Amino acid sequence: MSFADALAGAGAKPAGKRPYFLEPQVERVLAITMAMAQELAVARQRTDTLERLLLEKGVLTPGEIDAFVPDRAASAERQMWNQEFIARILRIVQQENEAAMGGGVDVASGEVGEELASDA
Amino acid sequence: MNASRNPQPPAANDPSAAYDGPPDYRVIGRHAVFPETSHDEIERINFLAQMNRHLASRVVPGVKAAYDSRVVPEFEARHGRPMADRHEARRALLEDPAFQTWSALRRMTMEQRQQAGRWSALRQRERLNAIAADLTDGDPRLSLDPSLPIPRYVSAVDHHCMPGSYHTEYFPGDAVNGANYDHAGFVTTGGLLGKYSDGGGHAVVKWVKRNLPDFRPQKILEIGGTVGHSSLPLAQAFPEADMTIVDLGAPVLRYGLARAKSLGVDNIRFVQASGEDLSMYPDASFDWIQTTMFLHELSTKALRAIFAETRRLLKPGGIVLHVEQPQYAPEMPLFEQAMRDWDAFYNNEPFWSRMHEMDLDAEMVAAGFERDKLIHGGVTGVVDRELFPDAEEDDTEDYGRKAAWHVIGAVA
Repeated sequence: MSFADALAGAGAKPAGKRPYFLEPQVERVLAITMAMAQELAVARQRTDTLERLLLEKGVLTPGEIDAFVPDRAASAERQMWNQEFIARILRIVQQENEAAMGGGVDVASGEVGEELASDA
Repeated sequence: MNASRNPQPPAANDPSAAYDGPPDYRVIGRHAVFPETSHDEIERINFLAQMNRHLASRVVPGVKAAYDSRVVPEFEARHGRPMADRHEARRALLEDPAFQTWSALRRMTMEQRQQAGRWSALRQRERLNAIAADLTDGDPRLSLDPSLPIPRYVSAVDHHCMPGSYHTEYFPGDAVNGANYDHAGFVTTGGLLGKYSDGGGHAVVKWVKRNLPDFRPQKILEIGGTVGHSSLPLAQAFPEADMTIVDLGAPVLRYGLARAKSLGVDNIRFVQASGEDLSMYPDASFDWIQTTMFLHELSTKALRAIFAETRRLLKPGGIVLHVEQPQYAPEMPLFEQAMRDWDAFYNNEPFWSRMHEMDLDAEMVAAGFERDKLIHGGVTGVVDRELFPDAEEDDTEDYGRKAAWHVIGAVA
């Protein structure tokens, strides 16, 4: 079976109408969030596995990760990664704030389309 | 803390001393058709089992508190009377944010479980189906009937949100829905059914050996036995007996025989048939007929037909035992009844609610059993306590899913 078929089959809808307990928009976002939480847990466990294997093989020594202090350049890179990560996640907040700061003068594309049409 | 699992007292401040929850999935028992699971697939299952544990042990108490402090007082203020039944309780709960949030998360956890399990099974299905074919092709102990109609109580909604349910084959020889059902059920049971998800079967054997010490069955039938989780312990406990499993679903039966053979259980056969019509077997064919967590997936009509078939098929002195979650007795609080009804409305178990309010004694008598020969008992999952949680000592209530069941049966 193809990869695409397996992906579609894994997430297939079961027969039967799905109940919603919250506003559908809220429930949809919560479902996406819980799937992300699941994948975060999986990634965290994978890191833990890696650390334990490295310890076992003597590549790492106990406490080395907690005692790790990045040098100045590494620290900057890591902190910038955090900033970039947060900015990506909170993009919509940034854009809503920019809209608010714009004084509510934003115009919708469709309206501009109407305007351009009537301008002919 | 279950002391029996840790005979040595843990050292002070050992984080494992405080651990009380599902075991790591890696303790699960494997066999030839069990899907291979990558590191991340295992951790997905571990996460989802912990989600169910968290919802049962840490979120449900908040739902109960909301019921007591908000739902009941608001209902009584609005209607000027107490709630009359579990349906009123459930509908009132549906308006409360605590129940809404718990319900949404519980439903999503089931959906995520199905996706996780199906992904693992589907991505390797050619390999799994080839192993199943090697183990079952030409074996007379697998008897399939492609013309068997799938009744509406199975086809209308997919039980526990399992796409394609027990019966859908994606192409000839397919066993994938058996593989999904078997390997990721751990998410829902949290290990309470043990290494081979067979704690229910071991519990039944223990009950029979204790209560009927002289019983020596030769012919045993399990109706709705799917992949044989609960049936193999019976076949193993009575190695001189012939065990037959009937089920509607070809994928689970095909997988079931491959699994049984791989686990070294040979006195067992898998037959595709409806429990409502077992006319291929003459009267008085079996010493023991068993169903385990099966009655709630039927319909009223099917349950009655199956009870009648069990009466017809039992030899004189033979026994029938049905293992199920407890019935809704009048003394069961409405909150508990409403919570137990959740699966009926929100987890695609359409018969669950009505089945649990039926007078099963009356149904057994109507099927021809004598009232004074009815059997009533209770069992809890029997597991390897070194590795798995013991339902008897676990006080978490995950309404309708705990490995603690009632037994109703009869001697013919």
